[in-house]
Amino acid sequence: MIFLVNGKANGEVLKLDEPLSFWGGVDPQTGEITDLRHPQGGMSVKGKILMMPFGRGSSSGSSVIAEGIRSGSGPAGIIMMEADEIIALGAIAADEIYGKAMPLIVVEKTEYETYSTGDQIAISDDGITLI
Amino acid sequence: MNVNLSEFDQRCLDGKEGSAAASAMRVIVRLAETMEATELLDVTSAHIDSCLYHGPAVLDFAKWLDDQGAKVRIPTTLNVSSLDLIHPDLYRGDKDWGTQARLLMDCYVRMGCKPTWTCAPYQLEERPKLGEQVAWAESNAIVFANSVLGARTHRYGDFIDICAAICGRAPAAGLHLDKNRRGDILFRVHELNDSLMDRDVFYPVLGHFLGKHARNGIPVIQGLPDGVSEDRLKALGAAAASSGSVGMFHAVGSTPEASTTEEAFLGFEPTEVIEVTPEKIVSARNELSTISASKIGAVSLGTPHYSVQEIKKLFELFGSESVDPGVNFYVSTGRDVLTEASLRGYVQPLEDAGVIFVTDTCTYITPIMESVTLPVMTDSAKWAYYAPGNLGVQVIFGAVEDCVASGISGDLCIDNNIWFDG
Repeated sequence: MIFLVNGKANGEVLKLDEPLSFWGGVDPQTGEITDLRHPQGGMSVKGKILMMPFGRGSSSGSSVIAEGIRSGSGPAGIIMMEADEIIALGAIAADEIYGKAMPLIVVEKTEYETYSTGDQIAISDDGITLI
Repeated sequence: MNVNLSEFDQRCLDGKEGSAAASAMRVIVRLAETMEATELLDVTSAHIDSCLYHGPAVLDFAKWLDDQGAKVRIPTTLNVSSLDLIHPDLYRGDKDWGTQARLLMDCYVRMGCKPTWTCAPYQLEERPKLGEQVAWAESNAIVFANSVLGARTHRYGDFIDICAAICGRAPAAGLHLDKNRRGDILFRVHELNDSLMDRDVFYPVLGHFLGKHARNGIPVIQGLPDGVSEDRLKALGAAAASSGSVGMFHAVGSTPEASTTEEAFLGFEPTEVIEVTPEKIVSARNELSTISASKIGAVSLGTPHYSVQEIKKLFELFGSESVDPGVNFYVSTGRDVLTEASLRGYVQPLEDAGVIFVTDTCTYITPIMESVTLPVMTDSAKWAYYAPGNLGVQVIFGAVEDCVASGISGDLCIDNNIWFDG
């Protein structure tokens, strides 16, 4: 397990079936997934521990992540299987300017498969715990 | 992992190059750590995507640097923003949102970036050369720089772009390095007739297909004609970077690091071979439309920004015809390209025919289009991908020839024969 951005979070898992481009895919003021082609289109990322295997799409995703952290409508944390710089940058920028740290974690496939939508989990410096 | 910093990097971090450089360097080092880079490298140019307004966070970040007196150290171009400064009346959005968007634009210009306002910086006169290390954001510009120019940039998001520009440094990782630029999946194009591959519309569709299957890998395309044009490779890359996370592709016989298939794979075997058949291409094309209809309400071309050649083609397709009064016909392009196309005499006749040119921004990122209940037609796979979510419109994808014919008549005109005939 690697923390790309350190932080603490508690929340319900939303595991995406497909990678999501945050720009053009999520409304940062509400948290709604607006990409209607996405299998989870119409659901909300707000306060969720979002799981997606890897990143996708627009560079502006960084800004949407940062804006979601600022507005409080973004995910509480993100767990991935592969590092994604576009997502990491949004989290780093929000941490730098607001001191709000949204944890971003990369885990092995076996651990990624441990969690499913609806699980309540806690992220701390020690890692991920099922509640 | 620790990043080994040069003397200059350390000077920046310690504030000896000013507090803005210290802040920027801290972001670069943090990103370098997530990329597992062991050092940073010099970059010779930057392209900034962070100048598009998405809400207070992006402006807060820009102000954070600008208030510390940040100045870019290397030539830096600016991506599209939320406003069209050449045609300001086109903006129909919230006034306050527009004001904030303008403040953001001013911030980046104050930091020394060139007000190019285009998502196609590779259409400008000065562009990076083969092997040159740069820090570009904007997914379509990244894939073009890596694939078509052979310049080297990682798939950067916002924020790092301006930080790299302020310090002239970027993580030595990802697509900056030889070993990460080799292809992994081989896409074999065959059984497709040459006449389809000679159409512009084939390339965004191929890109859409590639992005879905290559995901975040580096696709290698075999079987295309040699010397595919830059405009076609642009459309291909933009589509692949929308449906997937493609930051680079190799088109054997067209892109500079792929004179042969072996070179594209650096002698390694492909991890997977995917056959690109006519059926798969037709199915990819169909995915790009959200509806079928008999009438259209608008046309949007120029995502990424249209080139001079593409505007010329539009001029030729229109001939003496005009846009139907029931259709709004938009073309997004860079201000430099618009100037050049005007000098060559293509713009005025098109405007007289009812074409609306949009510069500095794009129709799917900011409220410019008049609201339409009828579907919008586009020749861009990227626009087709994002506009339904961004604007709530239905979209019909077609060739530029189809878009012009439909724009002139108001009825949907699509030549389906090109997809099926020999």
